[in-house]
Amino acid sequence: MTVMQETRSSPGAFIDFSPDVTSLEIRGFGLRYGDKPALANLSLRVPRHRVTAFIGPSGCGKSTLLRALNRLHDLNEDVTWEGTIRLEGQDIHAPEVAVAELRRRVGMVFQAPNPFPMSIYDNVAFGLRLQGRMPKRRVDDIVEWALRSSALWDEVKDRLRASAWSLSGGQQQRLVIARTLAVGPEVLLLDEPASALDPISTLKVEELIRNLKSSLTLVLVTHNMQQAARVSDYTAFLQDGELVEYAPTDTLFTNPRLARTENYITGRMA
Amino acid sequence: MMTWRRPSRRAARSEGPWAWLAAGSVATSLALLALLLGLLAVRGLGHFWPAEVSLVALDDGRQLAGWAVKESPLPGGDGRERLYRTGNRDLDGAIWDWVDLDEIREVSHPSDLVVLERRRWSEFIGRLEAVETESGERISGESAWPALERRLTALEQHRASIERLRHQVIRPLVLRLEAGEASELERERLSAAQEQVREQQAALPKDILILETVDGRQLRQPLTEVTDALQPNAMGVGEKVVAWSQGVWRFLSEGPRAANTAGGVWPAIFGTVLMVVLMSIFVTPFGVLAAVYLNEVAHQGRLTHWVRIGVRNLAGVPSIVYGVFGLGVFVYGIGGHLDDWFFSSSLPSPTFGTGGLLWASLTLALLTLPVVIVATEEGLARIPESQREGALALGATRFEMLTRIVLPMAMPAMLTGVILAVARAAGEVAPLMLVGVAKLAPQVPVDGEFPFLHLDRKFMHLGYHIFDAAFHGGDVQAAMPLIYATALLLVLVILVLNLTAIFLRHHLRSRHGTLSK
Ligand SMILES: Nc1ncnc2c1ncn2[C@@H]1O[C@H](COP(=O)(O)OP(=O)(O)OP(=O)(O)O)[C@@H](O)[C@H]1O
Ligand SMILES: [Mg+2]
Repeated sequence: MTVMQETRSSPGAFIDFSPDVTSLEIRGFGLRYGDKPALANLSLRVPRHRVTAFIGPSGCGKSTLLRALNRLHDLNEDVTWEGTIRLEGQDIHAPEVAVAELRRRVGMVFQAPNPFPMSIYDNVAFGLRLQGRMPKRRVDDIVEWALRSSALWDEVKDRLRASAWSLSGGQQQRLVIARTLAVGPEVLLLDEPASALDPISTLKVEELIRNLKSSLTLVLVTHNMQQAARVSDYTAFLQDGELVEYAPTDTLFTNPRLARTENYITGRMA
Repeated sequence: MMTWRRPSRRAARSEGPWAWLAAGSVATSLALLALLLGLLAVRGLGHFWPAEVSLVALDDGRQLAGWAVKESPLPGGDGRERLYRTGNRDLDGAIWDWVDLDEIREVSHPSDLVVLERRRWSEFIGRLEAVETESGERISGESAWPALERRLTALEQHRASIERLRHQVIRPLVLRLEAGEASELERERLSAAQEQVREQQAALPKDILILETVDGRQLRQPLTEVTDALQPNAMGVGEKVVAWSQGVWRFLSEGPRAANTAGGVWPAIFGTVLMVVLMSIFVTPFGVLAAVYLNEVAHQGRLTHWVRIGVRNLAGVPSIVYGVFGLGVFVYGIGGHLDDWFFSSSLPSPTFGTGGLLWASLTLALLTLPVVIVATEEGLARIPESQREGALALGATRFEMLTRIVLPMAMPAMLTGVILAVARAAGEVAPLMLVGVAKLAPQVPVDGEFPFLHLDRKFMHLGYHIFDAAFHGGDVQAAMPLIYATALLLVLVILVLNLTAIFLRHHLRSRHGTLSK
């Protein structure tokens, strides 16, 4: 199995990846809102060009961790953190890192679709236009490519100038993914991207995730065990701000090492 | 086939007394509003209608001509008396006459009664006997009236050509002369043009109208004093409509006469609109920046909380207080210093050290600042956090997030703020009296003379015009119709300004749907 080749050692309930296949490395990371701890001493490596799922009960800190990965917490004056996060070996909190540039490299799709109040086209072109002037032809090409990659092109190609808010929820979510893809990220963070979608739209998004894997590192937060099992290669189980178990998805779902993990995935919560 | 059904209206109606109460209060407010506008429209616009002139014959043989204005019970006795507007202030010393209803023998409407609008002395009501031309020729009888109309048209054309000469030839030349740029040739052209004006003025028709009041007194009226002549009782409805629209047009396009109790209000319309527009230009960026700072930049702590409360309370400060502030700080403080530094050559007569357009608009901008701040802040607060995070997550800096997402989304709210500000500012009179409004400033603050917009000039304002005509004019009764018309106009101007902003806001909203989706 490929997993075994990538895995260097797997003591206890954790797997680890060698630095050359690691995209994101989180080490000893903790985070507090005011004096309320949300994450504590978290260490894990996210492998490149794979789908890694974060699962865990509501309020365990999945979103908090995801937002830490592209420094969205910077705006919140109450947040304090410790530890390091590295993207391709580079500390993302280093002073020489430009946060806007980091966020372009680590794209994020939020739980609720949040298209801007502009046309479909302008939504997708938004991030591109931030990067300076670009020939119109090139913008057109990237917009089309991004919409095709997110499997939305056929549905919207005739109404690119229509308001993005006129799309359905599922379409909006794919539009938001396209918008993020258009800026060319290396890592894509997805916070429950399908939680508000019907089964068909959910399947579309899942297929999209599988397709994107060839060129992107994906991190997926989900409450849906089947979804995690269907699309992810590795799964991390978090509880109360701590990493409980981290294993290849097959292993974690069929043969969890810890009772806490088993209880959670089988629905027997303490 | 299925039929489309909708919830029955009766179900909605049967919701009990509170629904009736709410509907009733809405209806009452609407009715009062309609009453107000109706009153203003009827009284104000009716004034320009060439109403029939009555010829009243009294029991004692006396006759008078005029329009009935109102009736009231006789003081002391039974019976009623009626007030007539009879004009002819130069002959009678007054333009009103009370008549006991019992003493009226007959009221008729002979078609030969004429009404002449004059530059001074109110209108003349009576009969036209003859037109005496310069050469001493006397045109009387049937042909007198057509002759008058002809001569009046000629006079107006004459005046217009003099005005053109003054405006298009003399003014620019004088400006060049003052700037010391005029060549010898231009000097000659200027004196030639001035000579021409003098000649034309001398050549104005010097006809004399021989007039007679209905009780037989004679009057020799120079034609040059007459601005308009009508025979209301001989006019058909079509002619009256034409005369009415001309009257309305003159009201809108001309300057005031007779101590603001007659004539038009053009300088006041212009002044009001210009002042409000300048005020919006000043207040919008300031208000928006302040709101952005409070809502997006400042640390949300105790201090911002208190600042917010302060701003909201500023909105309740009486406007005259802002006037005092504007007078002290803008006019005497800043204006005085500007004069010392830049306009010392013209001291002691002040340039900016006195009330003017700039200080008035700034004072009103200050007055309306809280409104814009509060409205914008509310708009900013309504923008979901997810929109901001969405922009940031795409690599936008905070500045880009603000300018590309947050501010455009808050635009309707800002415009709401500006609409409220305009509505408040256009109706304010009290502070303006301290910082720059003028009783009479027929020269509007914009013209062809550099720098084209004269921020130091005093200006006229519709609201102040009403106040002045009502309290400082000699004859309030005579000015009343114009006061109504001006009030109506003020309401309309505010309406137009607001509709413009509302249209703009709607346009912005409809582009991408609303926030409340
Ligand atoms: N902005 C904030 N300020 C204070 N506390 C917060 C904030 N955001 C999250 N928290 C707290 O941090 C903890 C983790 O929240 P987080 O949103 O990361 O949970 P989650 O795992 O994403 O939950 P869910 O599955 O419901 O989305 C929770 O206890 C939450 O109350
Ligand atoms: Mg969450």
